[in-house]
Amino acid sequence: MNNLIVLPLIIPIMVGVVLVFLRPYVKLQRVISLITMIGIAGISIFILNRVQTHGIIRLDFGGWEPPFGILFVADSFAMLLVLTASIVTAICLIHAFSSIGEKHEKMYFYPFVLFLVAGVNGSFLTGDLFNLFVCFEVMLLASYVLITSGGTKPQLRESIKYVVINVLASWFFLVALAFLYGTVGTLNMAHISERVAEVGQGPLLTTISILFLLVFSLKAGLLLFFWLPGSYSVPPTAVAALFGALLTKVGIYALFRTFTLIFYHEPLISQTLIGIMAGITLIAGCMGAIAFKDIRLIVSYNVLIAIGFIMIGLAIGTETSIAGSIYYVVHDMIAKAMLFLLAGTMIYLTGKSKIDEMSGLIRNYPLFGWMFFLVTCSLAGIPPLSGFVGKILVGQGAIESGSYVLLALAFISSIVVLYSLLRIFLNTIFGETIISLEDEKPMKLGMIIPIVLFGIATVSLGLGAEFISVYVTDAAHTLSNPSVYIDAVMGGNK
Amino acid sequence: METLIIMLIGILVAVATYLILSRNIIRIILGTAVFSHAVHLLILTMGDLKKGNVPLLKEADAPYADALPQALILTAIVISFAVTAFILVLAYRTYQDVGTDDLDELRGARDE
Amino acid sequence: MKINDVILRTISRFVVFIILTFGVYLFLSGHNTPGGGFIGGLVLASAIVLLYLSTDIETVKKSLPLDFKYVAATGVLLATSTGFGSIIFGVPFMSQTFAYFDLPIFGETELTTVTIFEAGVALTVVGVLVTIILSISEDGG
Repeated sequence: MNNLIVLPLIIPIMVGVVLVFLRPYVKLQRVISLITMIGIAGISIFILNRVQTHGIIRLDFGGWEPPFGILFVADSFAMLLVLTASIVTAICLIHAFSSIGEKHEKMYFYPFVLFLVAGVNGSFLTGDLFNLFVCFEVMLLASYVLITSGGTKPQLRESIKYVVINVLASWFFLVALAFLYGTVGTLNMAHISERVAEVGQGPLLTTISILFLLVFSLKAGLLLFFWLPGSYSVPPTAVAALFGALLTKVGIYALFRTFTLIFYHEPLISQTLIGIMAGITLIAGCMGAIAFKDIRLIVSYNVLIAIGFIMIGLAIGTETSIAGSIYYVVHDMIAKAMLFLLAGTMIYLTGKSKIDEMSGLIRNYPLFGWMFFLVTCSLAGIPPLSGFVGKILVGQGAIESGSYVLLALAFISSIVVLYSLLRIFLNTIFGETIISLEDEKPMKLGMIIPIVLFGIATVSLGLGAEFISVYVTDAAHTLSNPSVYIDAVMGGNK
Repeated sequence: METLIIMLIGILVAVATYLILSRNIIRIILGTAVFSHAVHLLILTMGDLKKGNVPLLKEADAPYADALPQALILTAIVISFAVTAFILVLAYRTYQDVGTDDLDELRGARDE
Repeated sequence: MKINDVILRTISRFVVFIILTFGVYLFLSGHNTPGGGFIGGLVLASAIVLLYLSTDIETVKKSLPLDFKYVAATGVLLATSTGFGSIIFGVPFMSQTFAYFDLPIFGETELTTVTIFEAGVALTVVGVLVTIILSISEDGG
């Protein structure tokens, strides 16, 4: 039965490989990839519920018990992210059907999306740090291919930088792994946590933890985000939405995992330093979101603001604030994908990317316009939409622990998000229409449907907060009590 | 022996840093390759350079060396191979399309 | 300028077979002794690359009509489905099993499911390597 938790990794890989053989049959590829993602979402829901009743599930590969073998561990946090990632990917795929173009579809677009998903899911589920590295690489290799698919000049220009910086980060990850292995002699996360707790987090381990912080923050775009706006603004819309929703979240997941499970003994690093980095990321993201006029750049900088906000939850470090962060991660994956799709569709419809060159879209495409308004409200955290609960919980945690600076930053950033998106809204959606009726490109059904689906998701996530809070509370409980996770992994074989 | 290897790693990292800091894409790729080798050596050193037999069934009676670092390195080598191959192809495509291998010229206008 | 490569062509005719045999040997010995799918695959791929070097791409394509992307995909499929097999049998993912069989020619032989996995790895390595080398060399002109 435990074998179930490897399915989110193995199914995308196998189906992706099969799709390679089905290269000429684009329609079949579309159908199969969509069904796969929906299937994985279903499996994740099942596992998530099983985790609630049976506790954390672990799977020892080949029957090798921890700490000797490699293993997968499914707790609520991981499964929530796997579930959201699957849903977001499925919806982005629908958008890709009509926007990506048959030429790219034949260049193994769907297999690589599935490999990307496999890497992302593997990173969420793995229980040892080296496999985290491997899954990161699977995900990154797929993302390298996806970001270059199309091969326009700006894409090639940006992807070179994206690839090089990620390769460097990966080698730093390996350096950190090597030192950690030399120090504690194990790579199983639960086992590392035990050993670190035994010997105490001395200067050497603290240095290693900073190395991990560096690597993961590069992947997550926390403080070391200079590569992010450029690379996220060049790929095709559906790919950009996937990147914005999934890739940075994997880095965030890794930060949460390592700094709540392993290196939680040194609050100077796990709270103060991360807090400062989160604060700077927030401020820089806000400046970028206000400064630029290119809609893709504004959207990319909005990703940074969200990252800063989520990391504030970790920096505060109470159970409430972590629950808030988890909630916000889930919300942000949905809302950011929606925002990227909206921005990309806007560029497709008008053929322009500057906000002062577009105007009056609401007259041509009323549903589209109101969807943009919905995502604006959702990201700004207006109840009853999905951003609200996360913000309120992080705020509550901040007040409990007296971190007023972070609190102020977090909520000022919400206002900036609102301002930057309303600026897009007022400039492009409202105002005099620039597209005359005869020039009007018909809105493709395949483009508006995923956006509406995301809209439904964000509304129902907000209204169904009560329903989801069971899972989020459990996830936050596991994160703030490392012993729960350790017992589940190192305890007797189930 | 450990000290020597660590010094070797240091030299490799210095070379890699020098290469990565240049503006030429090929040099940067070579730099990442050298860096990956340095890291592999580091993993090997961190798992204790020793002593003991090959960890294979036929030699089971003798005390054997830690096999894990070697497994890690093998995986890392495969990954670094794939990544390096990919960047080389990408650099070549970029050179064909954009016509330069100088990162300064690849910068591109921010808000054109 | 046409390079005179008589020596390379003549030698490679023999060497390719030696390398191929060695690759298969490495692949089969990989269970308990040094060797395995990855190294075996690398050696096999090097034989194929030598073929490409000594003749030219079109000739090899005629005599070896394989799309190496599909070879790699088959390999991944084979490797993952051995893992998947253990799910069907209800044992932990990636479990292996082995047994001794009396085969007519080989005598008592140990057969294990790891070999299937390794075959997948070898195919993947051959496929990926040749694909990469071809994609760099083909449009180089």
